[in-house]
Amino acid sequence: MEKVELEGICVSYGEHMVLRDLSLKIEPGQIIGIVGPSGCGKTTIARAICGFIKPQQGTIKIDGKTMFSHKDRVDIPPEQRHIGVVFQDYAIWPHLSVYDNIAYPLKKRGLPKEEISPRVHYALEQVNMVAYEKYMPSQLSGGQQQRVAIARALTSSSDFLIMDEPITNLDAKLREQMLVEIRILQQRLGTTIIYITHDQEAAMQLCDKIVILAPDGSIAQIGSDEEIIRNPANRFVFQFIGVSNFIPVVIDDGKAFFDLEKKIPYKSHIPGKMTGTKAMLGIRPMDIVFDEDSPVRATVAQAIFLGNMYNYFVRLPGMEIRVQQIAISENAKSYSEGQEVGLAFLEERYFEREDA
Amino acid sequence: MFSRAINRDLAHLEGKGGFSLDRLMIILCYVALITVVILPVFMILYYAFWDGTKIDIAMFKQVIFQKSNIRSMWNTLVIGVFSTALATAVGVFFAWLLGRSDIPMKGLMKFLFSIPFMIPPFLAAMSWDMMFSGRGGYVNKALMSLFNLTKAPFNINSVAGIIVIEVVYYFPFVYMQVVSALERMDPTLEESARIAGASQLYVIRRITLPLTIPAISSGMLLVLITSLSNYGIPAMLGYSQSIFTLPTMIVELMNRAGGSFEGIRQSAALSIVLVFIVSIALLVQRRLLTHGRYDIIKGKSMRPMLIKLRGAKYPLLAFSLLFLSLIVVAPIVMIILVSFVKAYGLPFLAKNLTLANFRRIFVGNIMVRDSVKNSLFLAFSAASFCLLLGTMLAYVIYKVKPKGGTALEMMAVLPYSLPGTVMAIGCILAWSGAFFGITLYNTIWIILVAYIARYLSYVLKSSSAALQQVHGSLEEAARSCGASHMQTLKDVTLPLIKPAMISGFFLVFLPCMRELTTSILLYGPKSRTLGVAIYQLRINGQIAPAAALSVVTITLIIICNNIVKAITRDKKRG
Ligand SMILES: Nc1ncnc2c1ncn2[C@@H]1O[C@H](COP(=O)(O)OP(=O)(O)OP(=O)(O)O)[C@@H](O)[C@H]1O
Ligand SMILES: [Mg+2]
Repeated sequence: MEKVELEGICVSYGEHMVLRDLSLKIEPGQIIGIVGPSGCGKTTIARAICGFIKPQQGTIKIDGKTMFSHKDRVDIPPEQRHIGVVFQDYAIWPHLSVYDNIAYPLKKRGLPKEEISPRVHYALEQVNMVAYEKYMPSQLSGGQQQRVAIARALTSSSDFLIMDEPITNLDAKLREQMLVEIRILQQRLGTTIIYITHDQEAAMQLCDKIVILAPDGSIAQIGSDEEIIRNPANRFVFQFIGVSNFIPVVIDDGKAFFDLEKKIPYKSHIPGKMTGTKAMLGIRPMDIVFDEDSPVRATVAQAIFLGNMYNYFVRLPGMEIRVQQIAISENAKSYSEGQEVGLAFLEERYFEREDA
Repeated sequence: MFSRAINRDLAHLEGKGGFSLDRLMIILCYVALITVVILPVFMILYYAFWDGTKIDIAMFKQVIFQKSNIRSMWNTLVIGVFSTALATAVGVFFAWLLGRSDIPMKGLMKFLFSIPFMIPPFLAAMSWDMMFSGRGGYVNKALMSLFNLTKAPFNINSVAGIIVIEVVYYFPFVYMQVVSALERMDPTLEESARIAGASQLYVIRRITLPLTIPAISSGMLLVLITSLSNYGIPAMLGYSQSIFTLPTMIVELMNRAGGSFEGIRQSAALSIVLVFIVSIALLVQRRLLTHGRYDIIKGKSMRPMLIKLRGAKYPLLAFSLLFLSLIVVAPIVMIILVSFVKAYGLPFLAKNLTLANFRRIFVGNIMVRDSVKNSLFLAFSAASFCLLLGTMLAYVIYKVKPKGGTALEMMAVLPYSLPGTVMAIGCILAWSGAFFGITLYNTIWIILVAYIARYLSYVLKSSSAALQQVHGSLEEAARSCGASHMQTLKDVTLPLIKPAMISGFFLVFLPCMRELTTSILLYGPKSRTLGVAIYQLRINGQIAPAAALSVVTITLIIICNNIVKAITRDKKRG
């Protein structure tokens, strides 16, 4: 049985339709990443699952039980959905101490006093905040507040959490550490977690499965990190998950050309992955190599040394592309600005071209 | 960990939206506002234009063109225009002096400015009357004997007298607006003009003044609106000479009518004229407030360049202190002195002093004791009701955001722009058996309803400002932690806006304690308020006891005021 099942969800704010006909199934015991650019509707999905907004259409089930159904006019209030939520802005209550913040869900569920205290301490241990139980939120740093928010969500429900950008406001090192801690926590408790972020790298590092949303709120792709990296469903996904170059190409007389200011032949046969006569070639900077024998000639416009790699901007007629080379490999060679180079393209992909 | 028990019935209910806390609150708000605000307003229109069987404009015309009414309209306008102009001049002068010059003792002067707000205007007027009344004011008498005059040199019981007292009482409105604009103004604008070689006067005239125009005009309109609808000052000073303004005329017509249909209709018609005049001023004010923003006024506070007064410094200081202490301290001293004198008019000599006035009002006078009790009861109940209703309204308007939210807000602030006299007439018309046979007239409840309507917007303002600071996710967090909507309000929302609610309570409590305008029309034999009791003592010639009761009132107000200050200061520290 699915942990969460969304079916045909539509949400609009006035005229502005944010989610249209969104369907999604989430297996229990996994961390699911929902990733997408800012404003695409990630928080809206979370708010619909929690019951803070009422979709105009669709069904939401948790553990097979209907939480919301437009058709059957069911709308379980948020307090009966038993979801632990970490809000994008923490939402720690400023008038309650850390202890009282975390104890609140237990009190509301009517637990006896003597059971509350050990559970609060357990939750505080999980997020390494035991020393701070008597603090008021205003005395905590942003990162500490975020931990309190996670602890509160955990006491609220240890089997289903929704985390909306839970670590965005931490510094890089703490972010790394929190990701590891969330993973450990999830494995220990078997929690199902919906992890919302616009940072695809964190999502790939943490999540079992990733849902990528397009800017219009539709699902662009669902899959494991490997599937998504290996097989991006479309140009948007490819571009969203990493630095990328796009070059228009055209087939002419059995050969493949870059379709720039002038046509540059780069392959003497029709690429196997390509369909039709026009396409958009997508390639990562790491998958372009310098090759003196290549027919594609270009000029180095800018060379930047990044410590472990070189980052080049290379000019083709009418376009500039990005090339990255590992600096520590034995045959690494540095190129200087203005130098003419040949380029070879490995691992390229083909996407639809708008003008095709 | 917890079972996901689902009560299907409840779910259906919530889904259908048949009954939810939000919906209940929306309905309550509408019911309350229609009852306290809309019914009275509607009744005024109804009585002014409906003669019982058909629409009747003739009576309205007749009222407007009646000579005594035209006279009172004229007086209202003259007093409004002149007191506004003079109050603006005085207010701007002091704002500039304290905000931009290097005059010493600014702290003392700022403190003096805050005092007039503590004394109700009708008490101040009464005290001025004791000093400058044409017939036996203490100062007049002293001057007469000093200079061997046969006639009193001043006569405060005149249009000019009313204007002067309104200026004295209202100029701090302008001062406050302008001084805060000056404090927020970017000083580099003035400095660069000075560096470019402009003279000091030129800078004031061409740079400082134009930039503070929005603040000046909004202070000015505030004075104008307050003056047009003020009852206390013209009633205290003008009544004995039959000088009426629109508000006092409305009350007079109402009293003369003695309950006759025609008489009530006449005061309703006159009320409409007053509302019309005030609305014009309000409309102008709204336009200015929305269009008059200059962005050289910045949010953060900066240290402005102070203008050196040089030789003029000490003469100006002496003048200011003298002026301020005359207008602020003199009336208080006068009231206190009179409250201890055996009979009004006797010189303040040791042999004429007594505590009898205080004894008389508390021991001998049931009316006075009742009035203290009534005012405390009314202020407390009105403040509590306003707190409940105002906070609920703020919650509905800013958090639930129903479709008719703007309508609710407009209804709630409507009485704020209606003169108190008009609101009171509306209450009489609505609650003398017109609806469901409910008759509140002559009871304390009609005063309570009027107070609630008048002061509701005070709580609405303070509570909604606080609510807008409470981010929605704080409430949502409580919901997903298992709290119901009601529990969320109790555990999260209300504690977070508590400080604003406390100050909202006192924002209503204090003006209710000193209210005269509506209570003078609404009181019954057993429901006199402090204001009414003082007013009646004085009208009946018991001026010394009136002064004693005033002293008691002012003391009560100061005590309450300090309680508020202590509470709000605690909140800031904690
Ligand atoms: N209360 C609201 N009223 C109107 N529009 C809203 C409201 N809340 C969100 N929106 C709109 O819905 C869209 C989706 O918002 P949402 O908060 O779900 O984005 P998000 O993906 O969480 O973005 P971010 O990564 O910046 O948090 C946005 O375009 C936003 O403008
Ligand atoms: Mg978001």
